[in-house]
Amino acid sequence: MAIEFSKKPGIVAYLTAGDPDLATTRDIALAAIDNGADVIELGVPFSDPLADGPVIQRASERAVARGVRLTDVLDLAKGLRAARPAAGLVLFSYLNPVVRMGMKTFCSRAAEAGADGVLLTDMIVEEAGEYLAEMKTNGLAPIFLAAPTSPDARLKAIAAVSQGFVYAISRVGITGTQQKVAGDASELVTRLRQFTKLPIAVGFGISNAEHVKAVGEFADAAIIGSALVALIEKSPAKEAATAIGQFIAGLRT
Amino acid sequence: MSASSIAGVTATVAGRFGAYGGRYVPETLMAALEELEQAYAVAQKDAAFQAELDDLLHHYCGRPTPLYFAKRLTEQMGGAKIYLKREDLLHTGAHKINNALGQGLLARRMGKQRIIAETGAGQHGVATATVCALLGLECVVYMGEEDMRRQELNVYRMRLLGAEVRGVSAGSATLKDAINEAMRDWVTNVRTTYYILGSALGAHPYPTMVRDFHRVISREARMQMLEQEGKLPTAIVACVGGGSNAIGAFYEFLPDANVQLIGVEAGGRGTALGEHAARFQKVGGGLPGVLQGTYSYVLQNDAGQVSSTHSVSAGLDYASVGPEHAMLHDSGRASYVSCSDDEALKATVTLSRTEGILPALESAHAVAEAVRLAPTMVKTDVLMVNLSGRGDKDMGILARELNLKGSERAKG
Repeated sequence: MAIEFSKKPGIVAYLTAGDPDLATTRDIALAAIDNGADVIELGVPFSDPLADGPVIQRASERAVARGVRLTDVLDLAKGLRAARPAAGLVLFSYLNPVVRMGMKTFCSRAAEAGADGVLLTDMIVEEAGEYLAEMKTNGLAPIFLAAPTSPDARLKAIAAVSQGFVYAISRVGITGTQQKVAGDASELVTRLRQFTKLPIAVGFGISNAEHVKAVGEFADAAIIGSALVALIEKSPAKEAATAIGQFIAGLRT
Repeated sequence: MSASSIAGVTATVAGRFGAYGGRYVPETLMAALEELEQAYAVAQKDAAFQAELDDLLHHYCGRPTPLYFAKRLTEQMGGAKIYLKREDLLHTGAHKINNALGQGLLARRMGKQRIIAETGAGQHGVATATVCALLGLECVVYMGEEDMRRQELNVYRMRLLGAEVRGVSAGSATLKDAINEAMRDWVTNVRTTYYILGSALGAHPYPTMVRDFHRVISREARMQMLEQEGKLPTAIVACVGGGSNAIGAFYEFLPDANVQLIGVEAGGRGTALGEHAARFQKVGGGLPGVLQGTYSYVLQNDAGQVSSTHSVSAGLDYASVGPEHAMLHDSGRASYVSCSDDEALKATVTLSRTEGILPALESAHAVAEAVRLAPTMVKTDVLMVNLSGRGDKDMGILARELNLKGSERAKG
């Protein structure tokens, strides 16, 4: 269990946990791992996903409506860890469900579930004191977002506290597909490189093999989110795992 | 460790109100928030900026607003003397213009040509559209579709002023959902766009900045009260949605320990989660949490999902509350009560018929509390209600809910 990108570029697969249901998310995650995803990001559904575009908003809304909770996502992570001991596993959440559970409880339960790391969308480094302390106590990797708008001083601070990998946002905006990888992305990765030896993964709008190849030229890994969630949305639940497996297998050609 | 300790570790970070406030946003917005914080700090100390703001507040908006002694209402209640701080008389019909104008001038100074805003009741949207017309700026306003339906007049007003109104259908299609969509726009267009947030909410520096632009309410009221009554009020009552009019009305009185500060939340139609917007009421489901950039009380279920809310008043229909109010609540410096939809509707009729003043449904919550409180006080007590807005925009709701025939008369 570790966050490692053995093949280049690495693949990080984001899934909204509990969409269409928790059992299907488990099957999808296993298929993604078995077809080449190095890291699974399990997204905790939240009522107000303000950094997300329409695709992940809809998935989140469906999962919240089904009553999927942070504890369910932790259980899902535990099951995935047992089934795939070597896969990278990251919990991806907005802050409020974590605050509601309590930061200390959340971090110890995440570690107990076998997660490698955590990414909290609306947690910035300046506010992260207690979070970082709890992550350290529990041996978990805190993963932070770096944005094209972040000046060098912020990138330096982000790099200093990150572990596992740094999540470089490919462009300004919310999650969702785009035609091609923005020029912002390579410039950001170049600037980040000055401050860290950690792998740098690029996400937001990465949706096909061409994008993954483009990212592979300047970064360590590509993060695919909305494209997977959209494919799950349009697939019947029974076929979703197969569809995602094939899709992931086709990303690194 | 309690949930509230999340924000306790970095007390030196600016924009903290006790444990509350701070900055909880996607990293993409951080540079913009830092730029805004700096630009605001410089503008605050710039005499020319302040002079232009003061001049427009006076000649364009109509400040100072009167502090009006409501004689007939006072007589009818038979207790404390009731004064109304008449923010409803401001240009565009509510206190919201104080902040929209301040931030609009700041945006122009920062060279931003595109303005976005969210609105609930439409008063902040109208104020922002007005300021954009005045300053020649592009304006996009996000508004929940439910709010567009119930505040239809304000939607047309914004369009008339040249703003684009974008409906939001997500969630309960009210203020919270409009803020989410405005923040998504801001994240996407952050390099060219200024977000005029309309309440004392969101990530630092918004709660401080919005409060500062509304401080003029209590600055005037304090002087007017001393001039007209020769003493400070016994209590000040203001409605609290996000809490901008209330913090503006409270702020200059904070050091006056014997002036009671009372915020009135929307009690809606019941105490069950989803039936109200009373974040501070013990039975209501409000607990410290993070929503839309700030740490404050949030109506939520036990899994941390933010609750839907209900109020007859679109401007109070919001799941969280400004972080400074959270601090004032915990410290006990201010107290927070709630009034139901029915009490607010009744108070609207009472004020209309005793004083000839039609309050906005938001402000009617404060009037309702005053009506409840005044008879319990003695005649030498003085109660000030911040009448944050006028009720013309609510005529459709009032006609439907009250169905008055015109022959009824309020007593007295």
